Amino acid sequence: MSTTVSQLDEVKTGRWSGGKSPFNVEYGKIMMWFFLTSDAFTFSAFLIYYGTQRFAHLTWPDPDKVFQSIPFVADHGYPLVFVGIMTFILIMSSVTMVLAVEAGHRRSKKEVVWWMVATIIGGLMFIGCQALEWTHLHHQGFWWGHIPTQEGVSPEVALAPYFTKEISEVSALQFANLFFTITGFHGFHVSVGILLNIIVLGMVLANTFERRGSYLMVEKVGLYWHFVDLVWVFVFTFFYLV
Amino acid sequence: MVSQHNDTVEHEGAEHHDGMTKGKIWRVFFYLLALTALEFFIALALVHGGVIEKGLGVNIVYIILTLLKAYYIVAYFMHLKYETFGFIMSITIVFLFIIYFIVLMLTEGTYLKSHYNPFPFWPNP
Repeated sequence: MSTTVSQLDEVKTGRWSGGKSPFNVEYGKIMMWFFLTSDAFTFSAFLIYYGTQRFAHLTWPDPDKVFQSIPFVADHGYPLVFVGIMTFILIMSSVTMVLAVEAGHRRSKKEVVWWMVATIIGGLMFIGCQALEWTHLHHQGFWWGHIPTQEGVSPEVALAPYFTKEISEVSALQFANLFFTITGFHGFHVSVGILLNIIVLGMVLANTFERRGSYLMVEKVGLYWHFVDLVWVFVFTFFYLV
Repeated sequence: MVSQHNDTVEHEGAEHHDGMTKGKIWRVFFYLLALTALEFFIALALVHGGVIEKGLGVNIVYIILTLLKAYYIVAYFMHLKYETFGFIMSITIVFLFIIYFIVLMLTEGTYLKSHYNPFPFWPNP
């Protein structure tokens, strides 16, 4: 009896030879990653379009002059301060989210609940700040298709406070439209993230994951939440810093 | 060979998640905070203080810092660094298209700029 097998008949044990999960990632998590990749493409398209418009125009509203208020504290003179607070809130809520995921690995239900509550509060604070910022800009006259105007005054005078170089109505309009579209789309993502977090928090409280034996769902919703934070990092740079 | 089939959720959870500990999470948080603080320092102290001028140079610095922050978020918070090489590639390679898109749109922007040039303000006074 021959016990040798031909090379073709040998059972392959490689990662991709079947019988095991080659990525070693659960299906739902892979799908969340692929969704986020496609969503990243959408945001990239928005931001690249913004960049192109800004690059193509000779003049553009100066972000330091458009965003210089701190609601309830100062109306002008403090560029970057309020958006700095917003950035800090979002990074902080990202950290509480990882801590929830980390607690989930240890199957510590109590910690998962508290860190998720902290994440949701962070998200709500961020959305609140964004609402304040939008309200402020809206009062100044910026909106989709609208730029600040004053009766009996030429557009150049009405727009003068927002420009450092020459003044352009087209640039101001493009800026207003893109600002509200992009931060609006991001804010919509944050709102969805808060809702998903609340649903998953409910499932944690209902012991769903305790029974399932794994807190993987916390991880999936966490991926989404970090992505929202990631997008904000780019929005912050291209709208407020550059 | 069936015994090797290990796609139960529990097993996976335990297998490749020893990457992030509480200490590491806070360390990454401080990196992110430091990078953001650096951006603020450049913007408020250097640019507003008049040490350096707004322009391409500063923008490149901002973009590098932003990409660094993005790396820390994706690699550690989203845990991508600890996934298999194949999975990392399947997520990241496609962003080559974004780089290509940026190149295309910069070309397009240059063209637009040269055509806006004679008509900088609209409506023309």
